[in-house]
Amino acid sequence: MTPEAPVAGVVVQRWNRLSIGFTSVFGLFAVALFLVPVVLSANSTEKMTSLLILVLLAAMWNALAGYGGLVSVGQQAFIGLGAYGTVWLVNHNMNPYRAMIVAALFCAALSIPLSFLVLRFRGAQFAIGMWVVAEAVGILVSFDQSLGAGSGTSLLALNYYSPSKRQADTYWLTLGMTAFFLVALFLLVRSRLGVSLQAIRDDEHAAASLGVRVVAGKRILFVLAAAGCGAAGAMTLANTLFIEPSSIFGVDWTAYMIFMVLVGGVGTFEGPIIGAVILFLIQNEYGNDGVWYLVGLGGAAMFFALLLPRGVWGAARERYGIRLLPLGYHLRVPRRPATRAAE
Amino acid sequence: MGWVNAVVQGVLLGGVYALFACGLALMFGVMRIINLAHGDVAVLGAYLVLVVLDHWNVSPFLAIVPVLPVMLIIGYVFQRAVLERSLRSGVLVPLLTTFGLSIVIQNLLLEKFSPDVRSLGGQAGSVVTASWQITSQISISAIGALTLGVAVAILGGLQLFLAKTPAGRRMRATAQDPDTAELVGIDSRAVYARATAIAVAIAAIGGLFLAVRSTFDPFAGPTQLIFAFEAVVIGGLGSLWGTLAGGIVLGVAQTIGEQINPEYSALAGHLVFLVVLASPRGGIFRLRGASA
Amino acid sequence: MTLLSLQGIEARHGLLPAVRGISLDVAEGETIALVGANGAGKTTLLRTIAGAHKPAAGRVFFAGEDITRVRAHDRVRMGIALVPEGRRLFPALTVEENLLVGAQRTRPGRWTVEAILEAFPLLKPLRDRRAATLSGGEQQATAIGRALIANPRLLLLDEVSLGLAPIAVEGVYRSLQLLIDEGSTIVLVEQDLTRARAVAKRVVCMLEGSVALEGASGELSRERITEAYFGLRRAREAGTWAG
Repeated sequence: MTPEAPVAGVVVQRWNRLSIGFTSVFGLFAVALFLVPVVLSANSTEKMTSLLILVLLAAMWNALAGYGGLVSVGQQAFIGLGAYGTVWLVNHNMNPYRAMIVAALFCAALSIPLSFLVLRFRGAQFAIGMWVVAEAVGILVSFDQSLGAGSGTSLLALNYYSPSKRQADTYWLTLGMTAFFLVALFLLVRSRLGVSLQAIRDDEHAAASLGVRVVAGKRILFVLAAAGCGAAGAMTLANTLFIEPSSIFGVDWTAYMIFMVLVGGVGTFEGPIIGAVILFLIQNEYGNDGVWYLVGLGGAAMFFALLLPRGVWGAARERYGIRLLPLGYHLRVPRRPATRAAE
Repeated sequence: MGWVNAVVQGVLLGGVYALFACGLALMFGVMRIINLAHGDVAVLGAYLVLVVLDHWNVSPFLAIVPVLPVMLIIGYVFQRAVLERSLRSGVLVPLLTTFGLSIVIQNLLLEKFSPDVRSLGGQAGSVVTASWQITSQISISAIGALTLGVAVAILGGLQLFLAKTPAGRRMRATAQDPDTAELVGIDSRAVYARATAIAVAIAAIGGLFLAVRSTFDPFAGPTQLIFAFEAVVIGGLGSLWGTLAGGIVLGVAQTIGEQINPEYSALAGHLVFLVVLASPRGGIFRLRGASA
Repeated sequence: MTLLSLQGIEARHGLLPAVRGISLDVAEGETIALVGANGAGKTTLLRTIAGAHKPAAGRVFFAGEDITRVRAHDRVRMGIALVPEGRRLFPALTVEENLLVGAQRTRPGRWTVEAILEAFPLLKPLRDRRAATLSGGEQQATAIGRALIANPRLLLLDEVSLGLAPIAVEGVYRSLQLLIDEGSTIVLVEQDLTRARAVAKRVVCMLEGSVALEGASGELSRERITEAYFGLRRAREAGTWAG
């Protein structure tokens, strides 16, 4: 085979016109988000807070499952620890909002030694192992009288603020936290780690043989997801004011996370956000329909798992080849239309 | 001396867990699927027995008889219609599919039967209350002994089926290499469906004993799933007898925990599970001699 | 009569083409050797015939019937049996169980567990040994027995000499010769050109998914086959291979 001369002037770039456009528009949108408590009522602000919490949870579960290949049925362990950690810190005289941030950090710290145990497993063992951890933590928390034991507790310290101020402050903290974790995840996926995670997802052994540090990569995701879920738990406490072990450590949280990520598109960045919005809309519309709402949720999860495993966004992305965010690489070849390399 | 009695009670409790673990282990052994709806399927079985008892005033142990073929069919159809597809798509999809199913079953049961906690013990007759007093401290309940006995019988029967019958041989072959199994004339999809059918039927029997020994409600499934999974992991899945051993160890861990403090029983089981998982031997799911 | 007829078979692994438009007829009682370098598509072609691989295009006819849509396990009942590459015995099953497992979708015929053990005496003391503990030659004998026990009309063998000691290969080919003498129809994939030409009436050489050369083994010289095997003629014509 005769060697061919390399194509002259080929440029590798990360942004294309669409992603530049989208990100700019999104920047404007982010500013609008900031103004929500000023412009909208307290009730709407509370709802937007819930939406942001859902976005955060979806993104974190996707970080584990979509980017790390780790299906966790036990993230509620950290949601509960974030909430109860906040209560504990406030009981020890910390400012409530500061306590929420520290509680999230606490979850991150706790997840490091835990990762040495659970990251030895894959697939179903990891899934149910995390579930058992969540159950065990929930039980342990329910023993503690100072935390309200089995009947639950609330964050009375927040009553010092006026309701609208509390709502606004909670919203802004949630917005900040969600933005922080999304940006952190975005940078992670964009970085070299992101590429190696993709390699791990595709073929763990091959990646390891190439020197990719598989467990270290997974650990970073695990800690990030723990912190994010912890933050979500703390925000939930601030938003709803009352928590009890059986619900904050309940496996329903996982059900919601699975639904959002599956429907939105597992393994994509934009997908979980879309899934969160969809769940939020469904909750608002049908949340009071009790049983059938949950049946529909479970049925939809099954439907998507079997027939549309790539989710809404994943399917759209494949069909139309859209890349909204600059997460991949493109080859720009001179005098020919831009072709896409692998993302 | 309460400790010895605790151990004895734990062994008997292990019978229930072994029953629940058996179906889970079978599905995992043959298809590498962990059925996250397994506990809910067992609870469904208990509710079906309840329905039979509404029309027919007999012992629950008799009422299970018409329920079993129904469960076999449900399992077979579910495998062929739903799970079979999910098997082709990798590890994530079966987990998510069965998780979705779990939610659907729980809420449909809630809709049909209300959230009331029920028990079938009242209709089971004297077997629920009878017991043998071994010493002043130790007694063996009839229902406990019966559960353990049934668990041993089912495990033994399943083991015999797999080892000695042609259909069992085919199931083992398909478990080890489904692709080659097709090449030698085995319909792997039918084998999988049979395995799921058997697992679902055994789950129903587990549900029956749960309902007779204690209580159940539409949301009792996940708790049983966790215990079943713990039993399977503790037992190591070397053979079906491993699930019996695992169930017994879990039962004993829980009853000893209860001796220390009634609130500690489930937690004790969780801790033993995590310890086993953390040990070098722990959490390694391998069908006997699966490599070659 | 033509027992097997492949028409325009195309097969892919994902997006990669492995077999590009192959048509082939095998008459009853014929022995055909399929040769070619690794990656030529031979295993994929055999698996397509056996039903383990779904072709992207083309049809498979067996005894006049279109079996393209028939699943692998049903093809065994119709009379096609494959001895897979690498033997692929069921590791935790014993030799006897491996044979028995192949024996329930059988057609009437002379092969039974006892008959197999007679034909492969080395297996007789190994009846109850787990397949994972056998040597390569013993495994190969068991794998062939497992295919034979279905009393197939068409026997497909994928690289039966792979990884075996020469003396074991000798034994395998002796058994194969007996089958051929009895009139069985055989398609075998073989890397060893000498053996292939010795045992087969026709040789088909594949290269990158297509047939590069085909003919009676007596008429094709070793040189021509080697050329086709490595694609040397094409290289020579393209001016990149001197000599």
